[in-house]
Amino acid sequence: MTCLPKTTVKKLGLAIDLDTCVGCNACVTACKGWNDQGYGAPLSDQSPYGADPSGTFLNRVHSYQVQTPDLEAVTVNFPRSCLHCEDAPCVTVCPTGASYKRAEDGIVLVNEDACIGCGLCAWACPYGAREMDAFAHVMKKCTLCVDRIYNEELPEEDREPACVRTCPTGARHFGDFADPDSNVSRLSAARGGFALMPEMGTKPVNRYLPPRPKDALSASPLAPLLDIRAHGLAGWLDRMLERF
Amino acid sequence: MHPAPSVILFTVLSGLGFGFLALLGLDIVQSYGVQAFALWALGYGLAVGGLLASTFHLGHPERAWRAFSQWKSSWLSREGIAAVATLLILAPAALSDCFELGFSPLFGRLGAVLAMVTIGTTSMIYAQLKSIPRWNHWSTPLHFFGFALAGAALMADWHFGDRRFAEVGASMETATGLGSLGTVSVFDPAHTAGNYLLREMIYVVARKHVAKLRGLALLMASALPAVALLLLPAHPVVIAGAVLCHLVGAAAARWLFFAQAEHVVGLYYGKR
Repeated sequence: MTCLPKTTVKKLGLAIDLDTCVGCNACVTACKGWNDQGYGAPLSDQSPYGADPSGTFLNRVHSYQVQTPDLEAVTVNFPRSCLHCEDAPCVTVCPTGASYKRAEDGIVLVNEDACIGCGLCAWACPYGAREMDAFAHVMKKCTLCVDRIYNEELPEEDREPACVRTCPTGARHFGDFADPDSNVSRLSAARGGFALMPEMGTKPVNRYLPPRPKDALSASPLAPLLDIRAHGLAGWLDRMLERF
Repeated sequence: MHPAPSVILFTVLSGLGFGFLALLGLDIVQSYGVQAFALWALGYGLAVGGLLASTFHLGHPERAWRAFSQWKSSWLSREGIAAVATLLILAPAALSDCFELGFSPLFGRLGAVLAMVTIGTTSMIYAQLKSIPRWNHWSTPLHFFGFALAGAALMADWHFGDRRFAEVGASMETATGLGSLGTVSVFDPAHTAGNYLLREMIYVVARKHVAKLRGLALLMASALPAVALLLLPAHPVVIAGAVLCHLVGAAAARWLFFAQAEHVVGLYYGKR
């Protein structure tokens, strides 16, 4: 049954730091690269070099301008992927049992062999985390790289999601939110990590760390350049010309 | 939301079919022999045709049988079971009417209740989705029940639907969680090409003629058939014309049901 587990032993998820993310899209590329060749149907592209390219991605990076009330506007780069919600609406709406949440670690997955491609789970997700693959006709979503994190064939430092492993600024952190002493729990507590759209009642596991407050500029950075004092011949000329 | 023709066809036809089957089951529409056969065939044809149409939008229709398995949690699964149960329970009533077998009217009564349950489960597929505020409201089941029975509850759905997105309070600020910082706008899109989300859930084109389509839906679905049935003789041609007219109106209303529904994921794109 695609009922949700009452509790999960672990709550594996991501803490995404909006302060350090530079919007380079490396996580998007790494995610597509890894998930193209392992778990489930590959992430297909339609007309990738044509006039109207389109494709399946499990992670997208947006960029927002936030106008603060009294300071300058700030740019916030914003990666968006599955939040592995505790109360995941995408799971309970599934009519076939293809969509499920694992009781052991809380990862939300799709059994692609049982997916009828009706798309209702994608409708139910407020975050746009699921995309229907236009070639395989099954629903694709972030697996939290379930085929990496437990994979003992990989060196230990590679046993984390591809997006986390690749992030050049260390903006993505992977860990267990059920453990209050885990890296992600401590990071989220220290930085005031927040959940997206709490009004939807989905209880996301992933946390976003807000951008740190920016300094206000005291004066224009160009000010020293404007204060030009001429010396020597130029100074004499300047003083002479001031008289006329 | 993207108004897929197969889903519009399915919800309109099966809604009408199950509504009509309920009337037959309750003996509100009474008939015997060949006439009964024609009427029951019409009801079954609409309901089954609608259900078949619904499989057209599946990526893997050959796996559709799996959708009967998750009745504990999924409204889509419950709908499938309720629909099949209705069609099975009503079969003795249909046979009894066609061949004058004199079976207990209990089959018809029970089938009528199940037909209503089926319509309810269809509507809950949409009404359960918190991610689409317009649908996530008691007026959505009303819309489906209303159309299946008479088509008069439209106004309530339209009235409340227009206010739902604002009522729920989802905004770009809550979507990004950056509201405490200031007002959020899109600086740079995540991708410049289209994707599944934009095609499926951020479908803005079709809302252009809302007022005209609403008028058309009301006129064709309710007013014209009612006037025709009241003023013209109850000739089969008149009745068939009224039903066709109602179907065109119902299809227009169901188009708007999808086209006007705004998914909250649009907030991440600065579109709705």
